[in-house]
Amino acid sequence: MSLSCVVIGSGNIGTDLTIKLLRSPTLSVRAVVGIDPASDGLARARELGLEASAEGIDWVLAHADEVDLAFDATSAGVHRRHAPLLAEAGITAVDLTPAKLGPPVVPPVNLHAHLDAPNVNLITCGGQATTPIVAAVSRVCDVPYAEIVSTVSSRSAGPGTRANIDEFTRTTSACLVEVGGARFGKAIMILNPADPPILMRNTVFCALPDGFDEDALRGSVEAMVEEVQHYVPGYRLKNPPVFEEGPYGTPGGVVAARLVVLLEVEGAGDYFPPYAGNLDIMTASAVRVAEAFAEQRAGVPA
Amino acid sequence: MSAATAFRLTDSTLRDGSHALSHQYTTEQVIAIVKGLDAAGVPVIEVSHGDGLGGSSFNYGFSAVDERELISAAAASVTHARLAVLLLPGIGVADDLRDVHERGVSIARIATHCTEADISEQHLRLAKQLGMETVGFLMMSHMISPEQLLEQARLMESYGADCVYVVDSAGAMTTDDAKQRVGLLAETLSCQVGLHAHNNLSLAVANSLAALDVGAAQLDGCSAGLGAGAGNCPTEILVATCAKSGLETGVDPLRIMDVAEDVVRPIMPRAQVIDRAGLLLGYAGVYGSFLLHAERAAQRYGVDTKEILLELGRRKVVGGQEDMIIDVALDLARRHAAEQAAQASAAAGAAP
Repeated sequence: MSLSCVVIGSGNIGTDLTIKLLRSPTLSVRAVVGIDPASDGLARARELGLEASAEGIDWVLAHADEVDLAFDATSAGVHRRHAPLLAEAGITAVDLTPAKLGPPVVPPVNLHAHLDAPNVNLITCGGQATTPIVAAVSRVCDVPYAEIVSTVSSRSAGPGTRANIDEFTRTTSACLVEVGGARFGKAIMILNPADPPILMRNTVFCALPDGFDEDALRGSVEAMVEEVQHYVPGYRLKNPPVFEEGPYGTPGGVVAARLVVLLEVEGAGDYFPPYAGNLDIMTASAVRVAEAFAEQRAGVPA
Repeated sequence: MSAATAFRLTDSTLRDGSHALSHQYTTEQVIAIVKGLDAAGVPVIEVSHGDGLGGSSFNYGFSAVDERELISAAAASVTHARLAVLLLPGIGVADDLRDVHERGVSIARIATHCTEADISEQHLRLAKQLGMETVGFLMMSHMISPEQLLEQARLMESYGADCVYVVDSAGAMTTDDAKQRVGLLAETLSCQVGLHAHNNLSLAVANSLAALDVGAAQLDGCSAGLGAGAGNCPTEILVATCAKSGLETGVDPLRIMDVAEDVVRPIMPRAQVIDRAGLLLGYAGVYGSFLLHAERAAQRYGVDTKEILLELGRRKVVGGQEDMIIDVALDLARRHAAEQAAQASAAAGAAP
């Protein structure tokens, strides 16, 4: 039996997510809902043979007994309104907005930690792309400070991201600590307008304590990259991880060396063009998280 | 701008100049420079990490002293000058702005890449709410046409910028480039327009004066030209040249020369000259702050600084993407190793 899902939000994210959901063996799309009857996204959903409604959250609540899980691909403000309604209706919410009401989930790090939560949050694209690497380092040694630089093509950054860049930087920084396991975290976001558009790039810097084990760290990072590739095939190391000698006066103390991991994310090209790896990793992560909910429920004896 | 002066001068020795010191200013140095600039009559002094508030990082270099401490020390040292900060959305956050406002900063300069003005809305509006004067700072303005730049400047004006700066971050503008951009903005916008010049093509002072001719109301300088790349518009030369041209700056030319010579030059790690790398930045249009990072990566990975800078230009990297310097250096090192291996095997194959 598959988990019955609804996609709330018929914009670009909702469409890309829907295409990915149709490939999942354990998830089924009950409907795509939006609020604009004339929206292209609802028309696209109908073309895919899916039920599409312009009644938004009202449709979901009216069909609550047919829906197990809702993806919210609207905006932080709208999700704040949806969250209590979904919880009351007994529908698990996977939140793709930066509302951050539920615990943050990064699939290869803490996928199974919050499967009893009514609402989980996917942080930001930069958080999804870089937290796994910080976690790969912090499972080998102490990480006094982690810093990430996430660069996306201007064309892939929608008005929501642009108007809320402060939330992006703060939420991602917090995730490096809360989920990644660093003692201090900092996130930097850059928009690059080059044409043709660049692929999403992420650089992870980790402060390293004395006596770190290069081979163990390299192995852990490479294994983590493979983990992410299971659900984001275009996620890869642009160069092998490098260790650079300092000293560096980080917020977590002075350290003698840092690890630098240079990543590139090419999207699957489902609805977004391949350069928008930042959007692809969000929808791919959302699917992965929902599949974990499906696996858990399938495993519960009837 | 006071009615008596031809323009308002902002000295950025303690912000853009910080790049040249790899962000290692001490509190004592900041106090000495602030006192000198203030006594010479400089109306606005900018203090922040070189990459703006929150710039202290692996990517841009950690500050020796927390910028908030430096800002508080500056605030305690001025008698009449006002303090400004730079903030790049995506690097600094709203709380940084609130914090420095409480420390006595009254001018917020919000910087974005020249095509990305819409990410400045949150911070420009916040600065206005806090009662601060606001500047929108369009970096790498040489990369787009004057008309495209105007569209972006209009956005910043609509978010509440009291002034929009044309920023020649790569020192890549000819005098015509600067005049066309500043001129179009000045004749179209209701807010003020400024120019922030770099000296890679030896045009920083000339472009600043040309900007005044076409309507600029604000200009930037750094004492002794201290700054990223080949350096900024030298404040003392701008002031002296203005004095000779009959343009009132409100700054005493002799006292500002003393600041450059007696306070700033002694702490400069190297003379601010236009060497090949500096010229190359202007010629290839590469973000000036990349220079020292590129030199360090070149040394670490055994490749040439010039090669790194040219490749960064080719990749159309924008300000803030210092991490790409490591990426480019690693790519070049790998390419060279492969070429050497191919040459060695060809030589071995040719041997009798």
